Amino acid sequence: MNVIYLDNNATTKVAPEVVDAMLPYLSEYYGNPSSMHSFGGDVADKIKKARENVANLIGATADEIVFTSCGTESDSTAIRAAVESNPDRKHIVTSRVEHPAVKNLYETLSKKGYRVTFVPVDNQGHLDLDYLYKNLSNDTAVVSLMWANNETGVIFPIEEISQKIKDRGIVFHTDAVQAVGKIPIDINETGVDLLSLTGHKLHAPKGIGALYIRKGTKFSPFMIGGHQERGRRGGTENVASIIALGKAAELAQKHLDEDGYAHIGRLRDKLETSLLNRISHSMVNGDRKHRLLNTTSIAFEYVEGEAILLMMNEHGICASSGSACTSGSLEPSHVLRAMGVPFTAAHGSIRFSLSRYTTEEEIDAVIEKTPPIIERLRSMSPFWKEAVKLAAV
Amino acid sequence: MWEYTDKVKDHFLNPRNVGVIEDADGVGEVGSLSCGDALTFYFKLDENGKIKESKFQTFGCASAIASSSALTEMVKGLTLEEAKNITNEDIAEYLGGLPKEKMHCSVMGRDALEKAITCHLGEPEKEIEGKIVCECFGVTDLEIERVVKENHLSTIEEVTDYVKAGGGCGNCHDSIQEIIDTILGTERPVKKKVPVLTNLQKIKLIEESIEREINPNLKKDAGRLELVDVDGNRVMVRFGGSCASCVKSPVTLKHYVESRLRELVSPELEVEEV
Repeated sequence: MNVIYLDNNATTKVAPEVVDAMLPYLSEYYGNPSSMHSFGGDVADKIKKARENVANLIGATADEIVFTSCGTESDSTAIRAAVESNPDRKHIVTSRVEHPAVKNLYETLSKKGYRVTFVPVDNQGHLDLDYLYKNLSNDTAVVSLMWANNETGVIFPIEEISQKIKDRGIVFHTDAVQAVGKIPIDINETGVDLLSLTGHKLHAPKGIGALYIRKGTKFSPFMIGGHQERGRRGGTENVASIIALGKAAELAQKHLDEDGYAHIGRLRDKLETSLLNRISHSMVNGDRKHRLLNTTSIAFEYVEGEAILLMMNEHGICASSGSACTSGSLEPSHVLRAMGVPFTAAHGSIRFSLSRYTTEEEIDAVIEKTPPIIERLRSMSPFWKEAVKLAAV
Repeated sequence: MWEYTDKVKDHFLNPRNVGVIEDADGVGEVGSLSCGDALTFYFKLDENGKIKESKFQTFGCASAIASSSALTEMVKGLTLEEAKNITNEDIAEYLGGLPKEKMHCSVMGRDALEKAITCHLGEPEKEIEGKIVCECFGVTDLEIERVVKENHLSTIEEVTDYVKAGGGCGNCHDSIQEIIDTILGTERPVKKKVPVLTNLQKIKLIEESIEREINPNLKKDAGRLELVDVDGNRVMVRFGGSCASCVKSPVTLKHYVESRLRELVSPELEVEEV
């Protein structure tokens, strides 16, 4: 059975060019980039190139990029550094819809005496900007807001917010793991001080991330050790993966320049419109205009997400769900709840996320296979008949 | 991804007895849309009072659908008296087990069955008994007590897995812990009633240990140990042979004899020379 992979916000296929680029550094070129001999020094040159590629993708300079092990490490490093470098400030701000990498860290900090403001979103997934600005004060140490939401794809106006907050002594961090490589980013058009990105969301392998640190931003390392990453992250470099991330960044840049996302957006829209047309009582979660072109979160009312996913799995279709049952928690996703998506819809929400490898045939197959699955599960549901009756009235 | 057994997968992908019995003899509805799962269970009796037909409708995850399907198969041919005895463990077992986080699906099945039987017997549907402990999922203290007792649960996490209580805001965790403590507290002495050793067994074991383990070692130095008496955990001994005059015998007593006897017989023993 062919796999139809529409779960690219979870992780992506490693691009074949990326595999080719990294493999030699797992075999013959095993030198340590810190060594004095050219066998190691040549590797250091490759890392330098990779750093430039990653910097280019967000319009930064190479020395503003620190390689880390993943998005979570970047987030933790950034937020902890921001808090440490502002020891007199005890207020920290984020949104209600962040990834656990930020959300849970904030909850931990709140137990350590920090006052936390979780900025709410509206039913479209947009941040309540007035609430955000109103709550900032001279006590605010850091504001951390995601650039694009992993579940709905909704994009926050990071440029605008970060510019507004600038010059108030508040560190601005953005978790941009879903945005980097999917939308053009020019970091110098923003007031962002720290930005997290990760390789495996843009066709590099898992286990490699990066943190952008704007020149002049006060910083203290999370991993303390050797001089690697200019003392900002100790530990011998994950050479092959760094080279892979560099290659992936180069490919992502090329894809963005060629407007490759227009194609992905067209396929996403086809999938979304077709499913909404064919399946009654279904709707899109979040604003359809201001979001990533590869993501759609569709709520199928009166059915449960895990059941949908497992039936799709029988057809080789990979997607994910905001339902409670998939995660082992009992409540639907905090993102959908923060948006006020009704429970009838939240439990049956499915996220499809595409990539540049998604084909039209795959989308057509999903359009064909999904409606019977929903219909079958609804025919088992005790609420369905009632719902149809109500709708007819 | 959940590790579902083949039987769970089979009952999810090919659920048995989906539907409605219009002229059912008993109907039980549990759960709600907001909770994320709900089940309506129907049965019809034959002239001998045995369940001849059962059906279900379920909104929920794979294990909820599979548990419902399993329930409808399990009750067939049973009298209501027999059906009453089906526990949530039975449903889980029929499916070859459920992931622990999904045990509440089997509890939902059992609850629907009970409600359907109550409905048939014409008893008024029970008012919610007890007081609500978990506001998020509307779970009462009595429900928590029951599931803790029936399934021998000992942590809040387990209670959440079985009846969802505590799986939302978490404000009720202290109350759940209290219920668990009360139940475990009353059960603990019962377990303790079985003593590890009777007095006679203890004395015999001490004697045996001295003869088999301790004396052969002391013999190497031409010494010997004699058991004089045992009073509770007090073990009274006397050294003989060269041990009797050895200046190191108190050290031997504590470091060797006592520690060996504690290990071999009971950790509470105190050994003294008389």
